Order: sequence, then C-alpha cells, then structure tokens
Amino acid sequence: MWLLLKGGRVIDPSQGIDDIADVLVRDGVIAGTGKIELESMDGAPGEVYDVTGKVVAPGLIDMHVHLREPGDEHKETIATGAAAAAAGGFTTIVAMPNTHPAPDSRAVVDLITTEGKKTRVNVLCCGALTKNMAGEEMAELGEIVEAGAVAASDDGFPIQNSLVMRRVMEYAGMLNIPVLVHCEDKALTAGAVMNEGIVSTVVGLRGMPAAAEVSMIERNILLAELAGCRLHIQHVSCAASVDVIRLAKARGVKVTCETCPQYFTLTDEVLADYDTNTKMNPPLRTAADVEAIKAGLADGTIDVIATDHAPHSLEDKEVEMTVAAFGIVGLETALPLVVTKLVDDGVMSLSDAIEKLTARPAEVLGINRGTLDIGAPADIVVFDPEEEITVQASKFKSMGRNTPFDGWKLKGAVIATIAGGKVAYGKLGTESKEQVILEHA
Amino acid sequence: MNKLERKDILGLQDMSPEDIRLILDTAVSMKEILKRPVKKVPTLRGKSVCTLFFEPSTRTRTSFEVAAKVLSADVSGITASASSIVKGESFKDTLLTLQAMGVDLFVIRHQAGGAPHYAASIVPAHVINAGDGMHEHPTQGLLDMMTIVENKGRLDGLVVTIVGDILHSRVARSNVWGLTRMGATVRLAGPKTLIPVEAEKLPVEVYTDIDEAVEGADVINVLRIQLERMNSGFFPSAREYARMFGINKERLRRAKPDVTLMHPGPMNRGIEITPDVADGEFAVITDQVTNGVAVRMALLYLLLGGGANVAAA
Repeated sequence: MWLLLKGGRVIDPSQGIDDIADVLVRDGVIAGTGKIELESMDGAPGEVYDVTGKVVAPGLIDMHVHLREPGDEHKETIATGAAAAAAGGFTTIVAMPNTHPAPDSRAVVDLITTEGKKTRVNVLCCGALTKNMAGEEMAELGEIVEAGAVAASDDGFPIQNSLVMRRVMEYAGMLNIPVLVHCEDKALTAGAVMNEGIVSTVVGLRGMPAAAEVSMIERNILLAELAGCRLHIQHVSCAASVDVIRLAKARGVKVTCETCPQYFTLTDEVLADYDTNTKMNPPLRTAADVEAIKAGLADGTIDVIATDHAPHSLEDKEVEMTVAAFGIVGLETALPLVVTKLVDDGVMSLSDAIEKLTARPAEVLGINRGTLDIGAPADIVVFDPEEEITVQASKFKSMGRNTPFDGWKLKGAVIATIAGGKVAYGKLGTESKEQVILEHA
Repeated sequence: MNKLERKDILGLQDMSPEDIRLILDTAVSMKEILKRPVKKVPTLRGKSVCTLFFEPSTRTRTSFEVAAKVLSADVSGITASASSIVKGESFKDTLLTLQAMGVDLFVIRHQAGGAPHYAASIVPAHVINAGDGMHEHPTQGLLDMMTIVENKGRLDGLVVTIVGDILHSRVARSNVWGLTRMGATVRLAGPKTLIPVEAEKLPVEVYTDIDEAVEGADVINVLRIQLERMNSGFFPSAREYARMFGINKERLRRAKPDVTLMHPGPMNRGIEITPDVADGEFAVITDQVTNGVAVRMALLYLLLGGGANVAAA
C-alpha cells in the first residue's frame, strides 16, 4: 500500500525543506519527497490526494502531556488523550508521570505503553525520577528505561533536595535519557495560585514570584553541569528564565527548554476575572515576560513548543480559585495558537515554528521522528494555515474542557493527521477521480 | 431617587464616584432610623437575605443581620463549620441549594479571593461581598468613608494613612479604591514584609517609616495585626512591632491636630495601637461600628428596595 500527497507546501525543518512537493508513504514509512510521478508506482494499489494549498509537515510531537491514566480516568484516558493529540495534529506525545501510581517502576511504564499502542498515535512514557515522586529515593530508572521510557521527570513535584537531584541527574546521564524539570522553589510558592505582581496584589490572590522558577532553573543548570546529564527545562514562563538559559547555552551547557502557547499568548491580567481556566503552574506572567518568551523562541534559546496538556474534570475547576486544580488542556489549540500568535504576528517563520514542534523535540528525546526523511515512520500532519477556526471546548476529543481559549477565533486548521502511515484524524481529498474520501475508520 | 445600577456589590475597584456618593447619602438616612426608639421599617418585608460565611466573623455578620432586620427582611445564616460544607458539598452546590430556597440576596464572606464573583456568576440573586480573602471588603471601605465624611465633611483632598498588615488586608484594598476615587490621597505603611508586591503601582504612597507616613495625615486607619503573622516570620515580635509600627501618642502628634483615628477591629491593644490612643479623643472606632450597620442597610435597600423614600416608610 502506498499513499501519495501531491502538490502541498512541504515543510520539513529536519531537512531544511520548505517547498511545493509531493510526499510518498509506503508501508508505513516515508518513501520519498519531491516530484513523484504516478507511473513510478508500477500499478501497485494506492491512493493519491491533491493537497495543493495545504501544508504537509512531519506529525507534531508534544513532549509534555498529562494523560491521567492510570488513576484519574475521570479526567482523561490514554485513548481520549491520544484522540485529542491526533485532532491537534500531534502524532507523538510524551505522557508525564503524575499518574496514580506514578511510572516509578517497570510495571507502570509497561501499562502506559501497552495502552498507548492501542491508540492511533505514538504514546511515549516519561518515567518518574524518584519513588512515588516523593523526591527522596531514586526510582528504578534502569528498568524504567529498559521498559521504554524516553525521559524521566518528577513532574509538578520538583525535587527540592539538591543532593537527591544531583544523584538522579548522574544516574540519568549514565542511562543517556534527558531529565525533564518543572522548576519551582516550593517554599516560595506555598499557597500561591498565580503570578506575583501588581495583579495578584489587586485581586488578592497569593502569588508565585518569578524568582521561584528562575532560581530553580539556575540550580538545575549548575547541577546538570556537575552531573553531566542532558537537562530539559519544562514550560519556561518568564523573562529571567529565558535569560539564564541563554547564558547557560552560551557557555556550552547541555540544556534545552520548552515553552507552551499560553505563555506567549496570555498575561496574568486575565486572572482578574477569577476564571479558574486561567489558573496554571507555572502561572501566566506579565506582558514583558510574554515578549521575552517570544524573543527566546525567535532567537533559538527556547528549543521546543509543548502544551502541558492538563485535562481536569468540571468539578476540579467549578470551584473557588484557591482550591481549583492547576492547568489547562492544550493539544487541540496548540497549532492554531502557534500559527496565529507566532507566525501571523511575525515572531518567526512557519518553518521555524514547525521545527519547535517536530525536529527539536525529537532531538531532545533522541527519537527517529519529527522528520519526512526517507525511512522515517510516516507521521504527517496536513493543515491549512489560512483557514479560520473557532475554538469550541465542547467539541474537544479530550475529556478536559478546561481552556481559556474557548470561543477564540484563530487561524490554522488541521486537515488530516497521519501516524505510521494511517490516518489518525481528519480526511484527505474530496472530488477528483484520483481522490478517495478516507474517513477515519 | 437614584438607583444603584448593578446586581452585586463585589468591590470598590470598579465603583463610580456617583455610586459611592449615592450609597453614602443613603446611609445617612439609614442612620436616622437607627437613632429612633423603634428601630424598624417595613421596607424590605418579604425579602430573603442569607449570610453565607466561610470564615469566622462576629461583627460583620451581626452587622448585616441587624441591618437586614431593621429593614424587616428575613435573615437566614450559614457558617462554614455548621453547614454541609464540611461534608464535602461544593461552594456551587451550596449556593444553588440556597438559591432554590428563594434567597434574594447573599452576603458572602470567603477565604478565597474572587469567591463572591464566582457566586454572582451562578446565582440570579444579588451578592454582597462581606470580605473575600485578601481581595476586597467593600462594606468596610464604605463605612470607613462614611465615618471620615462625618468627621471631616469631605473626602476630597484629605490625606489618609493606613497602617499595618497591608499584604493580607482586604480592608486596605477597598479603602484604597474608594478613597482615591473620591479624591483623597492614600498612604500605605507597614513593615516591608507586610506590604504587597508592587504596591507602588497602586494609586498610593508607600511607607515603611511610620513617623513619615503619619506626618500631616488627616486620618489614620490602623489595621489589626493577626498574631499568627508573628509566627510566620513577617516580623520578629509583638514588642518590636509595637515599637516600630504601633500607633501611640507621640506618633499621633505628627498628624494633623484634628486627626481622625480609625480601626476596623477587633483591636490588639498594646500592639498596633496603645490603649490610651484607642480610647482617646481622636478615636471614632465605635462610630465606625454604627456606620457599618447604616452602610449595610443602604446597600440592602438600594439593591432590594424600590424607589420609596425609606425614611418616610
């Protein structure tokens, strides 16, 4: 079986391609890009779709999602999270370890990867760094990696003890997996629900100072240098964080980082309405921080765009601000926010933005994806960067409805998501005789 | 008679000078009723007011209850410890349950900033914020303004110094918005640890030297220091606090000779205020309590009542 996508704007930053071209998929892998003639198929059965006017890119990779399974299946399951991923153009997602139980042993990693294989996208597991993510005893990282975990993290329970952190970094470095860190000095953020500043002062909610994030990033960079591990800073939210990471990179530290669409789109001023869908950790920061995040994305300091997709049930959010759960869903709004807020607003080219959603996260994770190179798994997203969409939380594939973007009009519509050569979401083609409607079965 | 064109009273930050003036003028009429031998008018007969308190409070709850009863409204009350809230019922369900019982107006105190806003968004009844976390306490702000007007005849052009735990104080925030809207200058003063972050971006002057802060002030509003703050490292001891930030006779001399001294209560005598000053000639602390009832009557009347002239009713 083969599948030919004809005439699209093929953007593959891994190979420096941004051109009108065809993409050929055969037996689940990329078989070629460029000018591809039908005659070359030698009459073998296959399908041809005209994707003129659409962008054809490697399937997006989200290295930061919370799938809630096992333990919190009322918020999301691996199946629904994977469906949301496909709807958002993502073909690979990395499940964070804040499940119950946490993947701090081979058995839980196995469960997550087994359930992941039942979905249409590629679900990878991020193991826990310490047992039960308590920040005290190292988890069985060797076995966790053997079982297929691609990274390790203690997620939103960052290791406060510097000695424990040093040891797990040394061990993870030996295993050659990246350590993903949520950087937060918990003593500085106790009881806080939003960014600390004039807005928190006015609305009377406890604030988290930017210093709680920045100081922990600096500590972790120093420890990673000492330990010799690959460090990846998650969801960078403030200007000073971008500055310290830029300096660390300049002196050659093996550090990468990500931000999320909410941090280049919203400021803490939206908290004035006490909408619990604006409560997240790290919190939305100031306009100056948003500008610094954009600058960091543009100059390459920020390597990756991830979502921190954090689905919650209504009862976790329809409560007072102080007790509401942290986090928002992101898989189904990420691409339109990137197109609208980064590309259309002139922060960066579409190709550079796609690189941060494909080749760069693949590189950080050390996986052979995020590329349209011959032989790579046929993970592809076809989208229309010009089509306007209206975000409708009620229609999300995710079980989570917790988004601050409900009702927003954005640009960038996913037409189809192909994972491993199979359509995981959407449909290709409509009219001509070469084209067959391929509803996702 | 003018009407208050709003469903809820959630804070003073978004309140116009016209609305503030209307409330304060109405409160003056209400105070007349409180001076009568028979403190009862039928204005709000048949209206149902529910006080919903998620934080311990005696004076504010009692003040609202007295205000509602003088106006002949029916008053019910729920406090967090005595209700189904401890059984795990959500705030939303508590509100919907009470709404279904026909409540016309909720008076809500809650430890979470924004809780009354959330309530106002889900119940059709009126909501008055009786203090939400560190956010606002609009009825306290209004009664403080009423008390200042009683003593000074105006708000415009006055210098009002608010001293103490500004960080955790919803009273301070409501005072800042109300007073500055009416043309007063507000000074906030206290130890650096109890001044909120970026307070200088508020329309105020910020001081950590109390002597400077009270210099030439027309009004000093002394906030309560909660003793649990002392154990969380905000300041070293009650003794040092009293010495560096307490209001005593010597400090009071730096203010205007006719200074008005206020305190929202309850007082820690000997810590934020010395007993001689608290009981002295400049203090109007018990007037504040009476004005609290009058202001709350005014709000209940303006939100629930009609155009009838209440004093004649």
